[in-house]
Amino acid sequence: MSGNGTPLLEIRNVSKYFGSVIALEDVSAFVRAGEVTCLLGDNGAGKSTLIKVLSGVHKPTKGEYLFDGKEYNFNSPRDALELGIATVYQDLAMIPLMSVWRNFFLGSEPTKGWGPFKSYDAEYAKRTTKEEMAKMGIDIRDPDQTVGTLSGGERQSVAIARAVFFGAKVLILDEPTAALGVKQAGVVLKYILQARNRGIGVIFITHNPHHAYPVADHFVILRRGQVYGDYTKAELPLEQLVQMMAGGADLEALQHELEAASREGEEGAEELAETAHAIEEELDELEELGDD
Amino acid sequence: MATDTAPAPAAPPPASDERLREVSQLSRLLARPELGAVVGAVLVWVFFAIVAYDNNFVSWATTAAIFNRAAPLGILAIAVALLMIGGEFDLSIGSIVGFAGMTIMVLSFPTEGGGFGWSLWPAVLAALVIALMTGWFNGYLVITTKLPSFIITLATLFIFRGLTIALTRARTNRTQLGNLDEVSGFGLADTLFASQFTIFGARFRVAILWWIGLALLATWVLLRTKQGNWIFGSGGDANAARSVGVPVNKVKIALFMTTAFAGFLVALIQAVQFTGADTLRGFQQEFDAIIAVVVGGTLLTGGYGSAIGALFGALIFAMVQQGIIITGVDGDWFQVFVGTVLVVAVIFNNFVRQKAAQR
Repeated sequence: MSGNGTPLLEIRNVSKYFGSVIALEDVSAFVRAGEVTCLLGDNGAGKSTLIKVLSGVHKPTKGEYLFDGKEYNFNSPRDALELGIATVYQDLAMIPLMSVWRNFFLGSEPTKGWGPFKSYDAEYAKRTTKEEMAKMGIDIRDPDQTVGTLSGGERQSVAIARAVFFGAKVLILDEPTAALGVKQAGVVLKYILQARNRGIGVIFITHNPHHAYPVADHFVILRRGQVYGDYTKAELPLEQLVQMMAGGADLEALQHELEAASREGEEGAEELAETAHAIEEELDELEELGDD
Repeated sequence: MATDTAPAPAAPPPASDERLREVSQLSRLLARPELGAVVGAVLVWVFFAIVAYDNNFVSWATTAAIFNRAAPLGILAIAVALLMIGGEFDLSIGSIVGFAGMTIMVLSFPTEGGGFGWSLWPAVLAALVIALMTGWFNGYLVITTKLPSFIITLATLFIFRGLTIALTRARTNRTQLGNLDEVSGFGLADTLFASQFTIFGARFRVAILWWIGLALLATWVLLRTKQGNWIFGSGGDANAARSVGVPVNKVKIALFMTTAFAGFLVALIQAVQFTGADTLRGFQQEFDAIIAVVVGGTLLTGGYGSAIGALFGALIFAMVQQGIIITGVDGDWFQVFVGTVLVVAVIFNNFVRQKAAQR
């Protein structure tokens, strides 16, 4: 990915205080169209606050919020949404008891007919859901199936496809791969790349460097409410990213612990090795995808 | 450049998915929420057709009696179903029936008897406005206090019933008012709300047409309008629905006003039919309506259900009632039977829904 062009969405020197608590201090980050910016940070690093600032839920205490070069001051997430800044929350994405097509168009239902006889254009909604999902490379088996029967990864994918369809220019994804298995997380990462390739600026929030690395063009690492590092992919090998995320000393301690644990039983060690191998393969595959 | 239209890296989706099983029409039918109630209605009918055959259960006269009995309850149940799908409860609907009925009666009662001496239609219009206000009040309280609607409407159940009794007594010194047929404008009201039509010699009440008409309208709204989608969304997960721009509060207030409207309509039908009203009319009907809705396959927790199910739920309720009356079984046993049917229906519905989800 190229590193030039003006940012689509940018925050400059943003701080957010809650009473005496400093949630964010002097944070700057940006995303360009057709790029993925990864916001990384451990629990308590200020990721959630930053998402809420980006999506218009919180107003920053200090600092600037720029979209397409113009400064904005949002009063509600609706303002952000109208500009094309869509946020997909981890748990708020979908309503399990409703079918895929009903979920897809919830809040923006297509209608046909006139006056009091205006009805929900279900045929169009079903067809479009299927088509849009196909564009993201997902074959929705049956648009009538309830979202509750989809896997976690599929649900996130539907939410992403939905945001893209409704004209998102910037897609903010709140931990879309958390609580997903290796394979499922891989599926979601693939759709992040699909969205990027369609020219959308993606802000991908995660605490998992292994998920971030294959898809990101740009990394912003948060720690204790401040920017701890800001790198392009070329500047930062995966190992270093992992080190920075966990904090070198913490990680080393953890590594020793794991090694000790794996020595306890042959079977355990084998299992661990297998898991590690599976992750490696998955990552290679994703990197290939990300490079084209 | 990433922004150019490079082909998507993923292969085009396969023409058919190995994960998509051919699902039979039967299995699709099984996934409908009202299925349990339809099957239940058939089973209950067959049961009484055998047990009460000698009591003339299988006849047009009994069928008419069942439908006439089911209609007012069904009208309430349809509105309650919409509200319950939207994630809320209304325990006050029976009290609204009483309140709206007495409003019509007190306003149209002669002044020498303590009434206001209005003609019928202005009184009906006033009762409609007041009923809608009670619904709005329920909804507004639920939204602003964020308390469970169970608690709020339990409170308004007592408030509205108490107001009905207290105001009527204060004004007229009575708890029953009659002679509505002497009020001007009664003829048209009688035709619209209390007339009867004959099929195969059995007399069916026009309320049945209101009931079925409202069920069809509610079904259309639920399944084929955006407001219907909002109802499912509000009940399924109010926060998620809000986050995509569904006006959840407005939806819920509108639903409370819908149940209040249903209460008003039943009050009007019964006032015209009996040419009078009683301060206790509609007493405990909220429970009957909720039973009909739950038997009809609607989830108590919201987000799932159907109006057609509520229609069949009311039908089951009326069949059991009528069946017990004509078999001459002691009426004291009726409540035992209703309670049993409720439990069995809910267990059966849960079973069907789980099966359907696993398809």
